[in-house]
Amino acid sequence: MTTVRAAGIILAKELRLEFRTRELLTATVIFALVVVVLFSFAFDPTAAESRRYGPGLLWIAFLFAGSLMLNPSFAREQNNETLDALRMAPISSFAILLGKILANFIFMSLAELVLVPVFAVLYNLSLAGIVWRLILVLVLGTLGLTVTGTVFSAVSAHARMRELLLPLLLLPLLTPLLIAAVESTASLFAEQPALDRTWLAFLAGFDIVFLTASWLLCDHLLAE
Amino acid sequence: MPAWKKRSATWCEARRSALPVPATATRSSFATIGVSFHNVEKRFGSLAALRSVSLEIRAGEFVALLGPNGAGKTTLLRMAALLMNPTRGSVFFSTGAASEPAQSHRQASAFRPKRAIGLVGHSTLLYDELTATENLTLFADLFGLSDIAGTVAAALEDCGLASRAGSLVRTFSRGMRQRLAIARALLHQPSLILLDEPAAGLDRHGLAWFSARLAKLKTDGCTVLMSTHARNESLDLATRAVALAGGRVDNDSGSAGDPRALLAALRTEQ
Repeated sequence: MTTVRAAGIILAKELRLEFRTRELLTATVIFALVVVVLFSFAFDPTAAESRRYGPGLLWIAFLFAGSLMLNPSFAREQNNETLDALRMAPISSFAILLGKILANFIFMSLAELVLVPVFAVLYNLSLAGIVWRLILVLVLGTLGLTVTGTVFSAVSAHARMRELLLPLLLLPLLTPLLIAAVESTASLFAEQPALDRTWLAFLAGFDIVFLTASWLLCDHLLAE
Repeated sequence: MPAWKKRSATWCEARRSALPVPATATRSSFATIGVSFHNVEKRFGSLAALRSVSLEIRAGEFVALLGPNGAGKTTLLRMAALLMNPTRGSVFFSTGAASEPAQSHRQASAFRPKRAIGLVGHSTLLYDELTATENLTLFADLFGLSDIAGTVAAALEDCGLASRAGSLVRTFSRGMRQRLAIARALLHQPSLILLDEPAAGLDRHGLAWFSARLAKLKTDGCTVLMSTHARNESLDLATRAVALAGGRVDNDSGSAGDPRALLAALRTEQ
């Protein structure tokens, strides 16, 4: 069985489980919305101020949402040791990881789909004319977040204090990604919107490096 | 794939002759396999779960793995299931046609032990939020079985859960979950069956079904390695008994020996 086909089966299972329970998605969307709304009360979000602080706030909300969403990704496989059943199937370890990365990417994207319009309204920012470029930045940033988060979710799944361990491992590593994502988003929300190709290339590079690293290390990541 | 990734799997090599396993395998289409442990040691920090265990389980044997809690039975089974690497030593898999040389490099490289192994573990290895059908379909899909709907329906019928096929596993009783766990482990018709306290939670009817299923597997020539610390009727099928204590092989009736003395000792202990 090809890795892509096996990853597709894992992805379908993840989607079925999540849409049946809605545990992660509901909590994440509500949490991220609360963050965005609370920050909108912290200062007067005029267009100029929003352009200055908005991108950072937006990615902080995504980061918090990601930390909340990614932690149970492997932790919930511990309940009945279902990860063992997946590891015993004649599929590559990377297929398991890839299926979960894709599922987390979809969940994060859905959360962002709700969050970004609300953010634009609350912070008085117009998305007209930058939608496709913003989607590109969000896709690259979210992919980096979910790849790294899923990998570290696998690492921390066996730990006793995994809820604490994941953010501790994840946040320092995500700093370069967040800087690039914030800078790229800020350049889109500027008075003269432009796509900063340098930061965009950095985002793409980050994604490629961490996807490759997860492929190389997947056997060790999922080993007991 | 980088060379070092391939090297990481050398501890579970295919030994001697190795036969190709087709994606849509039925049990009759590939040889049963045996498993050998060579000076295997497993440490968890300072705790040694297994110490220099050497054991050769030949293809087609039905081995009862006996011993008290903490003897190392589960660790040994998890190594045979490719879920755990030994700290020291090696685990090998061999086919029933041990005396025949490998016919070609291509055939040897097509040997994939995972397809031939089924495990019933301490946990059910099932998703509580999926239905019985969805659970079995997921694993049938991952094992690349053909006629998935038919295979799953037959498995549910066999374990007596056809009427609850659409129910979420979390609504099942312990015994029902265990029957489904056994059905899941046997779904892809493995030839090496690893059972870790499989009778846990089964009622009288469940035990009777399980014993009949094991008898059929034995007739089919499957290799069975079943751990238990309690006497149950399925142990009567054992052709060999191995007692573990403190992570070592304490007693072994041997492939040609009589396991009844060791099994009787288990009965006496209870």
